[in-house]
Amino acid sequence: MTSSFSTIQRRTFLKQAGMAGSALIIGVYTGSCTPEEPEGQIRAFRPGIDDLPEGVSLGPFVTIDPEKGVTLMAHRPDMGQGTFLSVPLIIAEELGIHPNQVNIKKAPGDAKYGSQGVGGSASIRSMWEPMRKVGATARALLIGAAAQKWNIPAEECYVKAGSVWKRGSDEKLTFGELAALAATLPVPENPPLKDASEFEFIGKNIPNPSNPAKITGTADFAMDVHRPGMVYASVERAPFGGSIKRIDDREARAVPGVEAIVPVKRPVDKHTFEGVAVVASNYWAALKGRKALQIEWNEPEVKYDSETILALCHSKATGEAGSSVITAGNTAQAFAAADKTLDLVYEAPFAAHAAMEPQNVVVEIGDDTCEIWIGNQFPQGLRKEAADFLEMDPEKVQVHVAFMGGGFGRKSQTDVAMEALAIAKNVNKPVKLIWTREDDIQQSSLRPPTVNRLKGGIDAAGKLISLEHVVSGPSLAYGLWGMHNPERVPGFLVEPMGEHLYEVPNFRAGYNLVDVDPVPIIWWRSVYASTNTFGHECFIDELAELAGKDPFDFRMQMMANNPRYTALMEKLREVSGWDNPLPEGKARGVAVAKSFESTAGHVVEVTRDATGKIVVEKVYSVVDCGLAIQPNNIKAQVEGSIVMGLGAAIKPAITLKDGKVVESNFHNYPVLRIHETPVMEIHIMENDEHPTGIGEPALPPLAPALANALYVLTGERQRKLPVDLS
Amino acid sequence: MSVIQLSVNGERFSVEAEADTPVLWVLRDILHLTGTRFGCGQGLCGACTVHLDGMPVRSCSLPVGSVGNKKITTIEGISAESLHPVQEAWIAEQVPQCGYCQSGQIMSAVALLRDNPNPDDEAIDAAMQGNICRCGTYQRIRQAIKSAAENR
Repeated sequence: MTSSFSTIQRRTFLKQAGMAGSALIIGVYTGSCTPEEPEGQIRAFRPGIDDLPEGVSLGPFVTIDPEKGVTLMAHRPDMGQGTFLSVPLIIAEELGIHPNQVNIKKAPGDAKYGSQGVGGSASIRSMWEPMRKVGATARALLIGAAAQKWNIPAEECYVKAGSVWKRGSDEKLTFGELAALAATLPVPENPPLKDASEFEFIGKNIPNPSNPAKITGTADFAMDVHRPGMVYASVERAPFGGSIKRIDDREARAVPGVEAIVPVKRPVDKHTFEGVAVVASNYWAALKGRKALQIEWNEPEVKYDSETILALCHSKATGEAGSSVITAGNTAQAFAAADKTLDLVYEAPFAAHAAMEPQNVVVEIGDDTCEIWIGNQFPQGLRKEAADFLEMDPEKVQVHVAFMGGGFGRKSQTDVAMEALAIAKNVNKPVKLIWTREDDIQQSSLRPPTVNRLKGGIDAAGKLISLEHVVSGPSLAYGLWGMHNPERVPGFLVEPMGEHLYEVPNFRAGYNLVDVDPVPIIWWRSVYASTNTFGHECFIDELAELAGKDPFDFRMQMMANNPRYTALMEKLREVSGWDNPLPEGKARGVAVAKSFESTAGHVVEVTRDATGKIVVEKVYSVVDCGLAIQPNNIKAQVEGSIVMGLGAAIKPAITLKDGKVVESNFHNYPVLRIHETPVMEIHIMENDEHPTGIGEPALPPLAPALANALYVLTGERQRKLPVDLS
Repeated sequence: MSVIQLSVNGERFSVEAEADTPVLWVLRDILHLTGTRFGCGQGLCGACTVHLDGMPVRSCSLPVGSVGNKKITTIEGISAESLHPVQEAWIAEQVPQCGYCQSGQIMSAVALLRDNPNPDDEAIDAAMQGNICRCGTYQRIRQAIKSAAENR
């Protein structure tokens, strides 16, 4: 891999001021800033959750200061998916300034920014037009100000490298010189947007300005926040659905540093779980105090084993047709008329998110104020929930949004902050609550498992004429909000069938509810597509075999009317060398899926090592997410999706025994490590379609592509995740 | 509580802590060196990696009372004035996603390259497999280690 960032590397230097971690100031400079050299400089990046912009405001997102330059607000929290750069970059493009010449600050949770929730790979898809308009509006105001100062028509002005320039001359006024006047001008309703041919930064690999902080340990995560008088908390929690019967805290209180023992309730979507917090002057004392607690719990009424839950899913899958969610034609008639049929069941298990940063939060409740420092995917929802709990005006609650050390859906929830608020309300001190890794794996909401039943019918020509895919498993609509109506099942439960790639004349997607209360469940990277695609794309492979067709040919004949899907498959076929035979002992498989409006296909190559163990050697990927805003970040997200998808496919699952999660840490819930990571070759389809997200869509097709490759290698179909490669 | 003398990043510190407190929490909560991250508390993920007399160790499982005269180096101390060549390579390859594990990854990589200036894939796997990245930046970590080796 050749680097696009060598110029930065050569000229990088680091300035440090002070010893304290949070006071580090880092500047990475890469040269001067002229229209000829728009690379410009990366402005001093000062990490700090509390940094609010100084200067003249041109709306909530753009602030300009004559000295400090342009500040853009990153309002979509960053969990590693890259929104810290990718969303402000769209503003910078229209504004006419290099994204590395601006300050980017993480916005607090505040309705003035519009929706801030990050999930469903939606940030680029939903922010593309609004952020262009934000940038174009600011640009129009700055041009208007320059035109007024020069007394010339606006048409004779243009923006470049942070200044407004007079056409045909070297004369310019910097944004800083124009901001005060610009802020007084009427805001244009429909400022013209750039033509795609004029894009300077979109489609380029722009260095991420948070990286200098992330590689020096100075990026601000919530756990790094320190408040005067702060205490530390750790919570021993009841089994899901259990409650406190008796607490003996004598030994815990005797641990040096322990200050208080506080029973707490933790609201988790529709559930409320109980626990006992140990509050201490330092975190180690809180952990020791927690170990010394003697608690008797009232046992929950329902104590599931995961085996029981999966058996329930299987029984629904084979016994019930389920609610119809998507229908086309008449599948039953078509099955009756089919030349060959196939009816199979596939299983995918519970999974934990296991972000590297365990759940944590710092809260400080004042007389009529509350501050929360947290890495969270939905800061506005937390602001409201905290205000309700504290009976406070939401305006008095500040949610400072930190970088998330991974989120994957788990950090969409507010339970950790609410638990900390309950503690802080009791002890009247700022509280830092840190979940242990064991807490994070055993007490967090989980990805629901699904059992997928698929029926297919092929005609004499080997064409798929009828397909049914019925998903049986826990519902996130029911698990989160208690909502279930068999007549109106939400489409996301049968993801990715709502974005089905294949034209099948008779098609039905169905759903059967399996109630797992009180086990909490939550979105997990790519959600139901992560489990349902496994069954779907494995089944398509089995149908291809039944039809006597090549897996690519079989799929492509069903997408012949869609040029984008066809182009992606042709590209994948070409780059993976699909039509060239592999050496003896190697095999490959393909799978493709569309989810969250982006399409991803993988070819996975497997082989056996000297010990007979199967090794995943290489993954070829092609993705279509419309216009590529940041190609390098798109590739990073695909790499991450492959690694997470592969880990979920080959590593042990989360299991429950007597209502409790059995796995506790990375020794018994292993995730993929570097030596197990295949070589990944990723290609992005080039087009100028509306840009869509890429945080999730490359995950779903990984497991089925692997399973399809394993079949070729071993002759055995894999219909249950995880698969065992040893 | 005991008063414990520590050498961290070339400076001497006197800290008050229970001797069984892991070095991780002394660094983070007493010295406010928060670049060293908490990931698992059991030495399983590598997020808390620091150097003890130059050797990579998991600070979450190292009692502060056992450190003695050994010198601790954290991510804040690997390079005084400019970025370390490994950090330069991390920028060049745009390695981080969420960034949380990268302090530990870099500490392991710095130790690897000091002992083995030209590691092959096998050596990289052996030295780096104790460090988990849930975002899946492994391919870039591998490449960054190789380019850091080339640019030395």
